[in-house]
Amino acid sequence: MSLLEVNDVNKAFGGLKALNHINLSVKEGSVHAIIGPNGAGKSTLLNCLIGRLIPDSGTVTFGGRSLIGVRPYEINQIGVSRVFQTPEIFGELSLIDNVMIPSLAHRDGTFKLNPWHRMDGEAEIRDHAMSNLADVGLAEKSEIIADSLSRGDKRRLELAMCLSQDPKLLLLDEPTAGMARHDTNRTIDLLKEISERRGQTMVVIEHDMHVVFSLAHYVTVMAQGGVIVEDRPENIKGNPKVQEAYLGGAHL
Amino acid sequence: MMNFLDKDNLQSDIVLIVIFTIAILTMPIWLQPFGAAYPDLMQKFAIFGIFATGFNILFGLTGYLSFGHAAFLGVGSYTAVWSFKLLGMNPLPALVLAVIAAGIFALAIGYLSLRRTGIYFSILTLAFAQMSYNLAYSVLTPITNGETGLRVLRSDPRIFDGNGSETGPLVANLFGIEMTGLSGFYFCAVVLILVSWFAIMIFRSPFGLMLKAVKTNQNRMGYTGLNTRPYALAAFIISGMYAGLAGALMCITDPLAGAERMQWTASGEVVLMTILGGAGTLMGPMLGAGLIKYFENIFSSFNESTLESVFHFLPEGMREAAISVAGLFVGEGWHLTLGLMFMIVVIFLPGGIIEGLRRLAKAVFGRKRADDTPQRGGDTAPTGH
Ligand SMILES: Nc1ncnc2c1ncn2[C@@H]1O[C@H](COP(=O)(O)OP(=O)(O)OP(=O)(O)O)[C@@H](O)[C@H]1O
Ligand SMILES: [Mg+2]
Repeated sequence: MSLLEVNDVNKAFGGLKALNHINLSVKEGSVHAIIGPNGAGKSTLLNCLIGRLIPDSGTVTFGGRSLIGVRPYEINQIGVSRVFQTPEIFGELSLIDNVMIPSLAHRDGTFKLNPWHRMDGEAEIRDHAMSNLADVGLAEKSEIIADSLSRGDKRRLELAMCLSQDPKLLLLDEPTAGMARHDTNRTIDLLKEISERRGQTMVVIEHDMHVVFSLAHYVTVMAQGGVIVEDRPENIKGNPKVQEAYLGGAHL
Repeated sequence: MMNFLDKDNLQSDIVLIVIFTIAILTMPIWLQPFGAAYPDLMQKFAIFGIFATGFNILFGLTGYLSFGHAAFLGVGSYTAVWSFKLLGMNPLPALVLAVIAAGIFALAIGYLSLRRTGIYFSILTLAFAQMSYNLAYSVLTPITNGETGLRVLRSDPRIFDGNGSETGPLVANLFGIEMTGLSGFYFCAVVLILVSWFAIMIFRSPFGLMLKAVKTNQNRMGYTGLNTRPYALAAFIISGMYAGLAGALMCITDPLAGAERMQWTASGEVVLMTILGGAGTLMGPMLGAGLIKYFENIFSSFNESTLESVFHFLPEGMREAAISVAGLFVGEGWHLTLGLMFMIVVIFLPGGIIEGLRRLAKAVFGRKRADDTPQRGGDTAPTGH
């Protein structure tokens, strides 16, 4: 059964057709990779899923509910969390605060006026956040200010923030960019584990083919705003259309 | 000693509030060597401490810089005087009504102004405050009594005041205690302690954490499932209520409200107090308020003859020169001194006086905690934007 259904979505910036009749169907429990050259429209597609952009036409449904025109915070509340291509974190706050905020949002909803509660009384939220930080290997840095992290660490922090919400759909925009090989492998292992253990549904945009082929159940290839192929990873490698449009075969 | 300011568990907060309470209540004693132990001046410290503490909840936590908070001060004052006029001289209903009125006013102005961020937000708040100021002088004169100012008259109904009060003095009166002199100060001091305690609670709460998130990254907040607007609006209303409370307290000893209280200079002053003390820190804004009011009191009271005695030791010609230069910075020219102080702090101590104290404490107590380089909170200077 498909959790996310994108139907004939178009989006233009001025004269540039960033998304051209896009269709995408993400099955519940699957890891769906989107690959394609720079400027193919991958991030734009994710922007249309989380309410950052509104498509010019077409439909996006999540668990049977239309996401068109729904506010970003509502889309998150119904179970969609995203790791961005350029990290979006709370830079002036500590890592633990960074993870507790999404966790509180998940528990308390879009707004809660509770100045009479104390953060140090939120033991459950704190423990949960610590275990999420431990999962991405940042537990010992929990009291550090997020802005001082390296780019790869910021991305891992953002992943921990998303995981703390236990999302129905996890969107990852180049989750391993800027990471050392060691951390990339570690992140792949983590994503694989949550995919297998919790059956986490994910959409992963990735340039690193090693990551794509070790994680994905399905691969969608985009170029110039359109979908070229959608198939299982093992069939993608040999597909001549992909080789031509995407890489000239170099990386595959 | 400053270390407890960096921790945020319940015990250290209780220690903080106990020390703070003692410090406030003993002001008449320890301010004596500074020549600042007059009830009048101490009452001012408390009132502006409340104003700045509230302002800090908005500016320090969410980063929204309002240039119109004096409007809420004015609303608080007018409401309090009306409460005296209609209900009687008891300050408690006056405070409650002032807080409610300022809150409603803040809801309206905040709702409109918070549609924009950054400099546009600041300009909007400034515009609304100037509008309120002008309205108070023009169409609203039936309520504000225009340029003369609103005051309590013998002929006012004051329905809950007993018969005997008709000939008594027209100052606020808390169940028989007149709000003048030390009792006026202590009343304001108790209010200050209560609302500071509430401010600490906000800082330590999940709600306070969300306000810090508003300052840091509103985009991320949205994609994290949080609606930023009501958080910012709630902070705006709470800080407006603090301002209204301060405005009402300004009327307890001298029940008079004038529109000049809403002028933009008054809005600017609370910004200076907050930044000078340390925006986003718990005690900084109050410290800034106290220091500015203290120096205002000293410098603005200087005149020719006091300067003459200060520079008495200099030889003839130099004395005149020194007096004429120093004369620029005192009396009417005290704002020049304030401007200099402000520049020095902003340039050399962007975290404000609290940041300075922290550095001092670190230098004195050395590196006891070797691992304390990039700890949470304290060590990053709050960036004011
Ligand atoms: N907000 C915007 N306004 C104008 N043009 C945009 C905007 N966002 C994206 N574009 C353009 O749309 C096209 C697709 O961009 P997008 O970021 O979706 O590509 P991408 O596939 O994510 O590429 P990359 O691999 O470099 O991240 C690009 O040409 C980009 O310049
Ligand atoms: Mg992209």
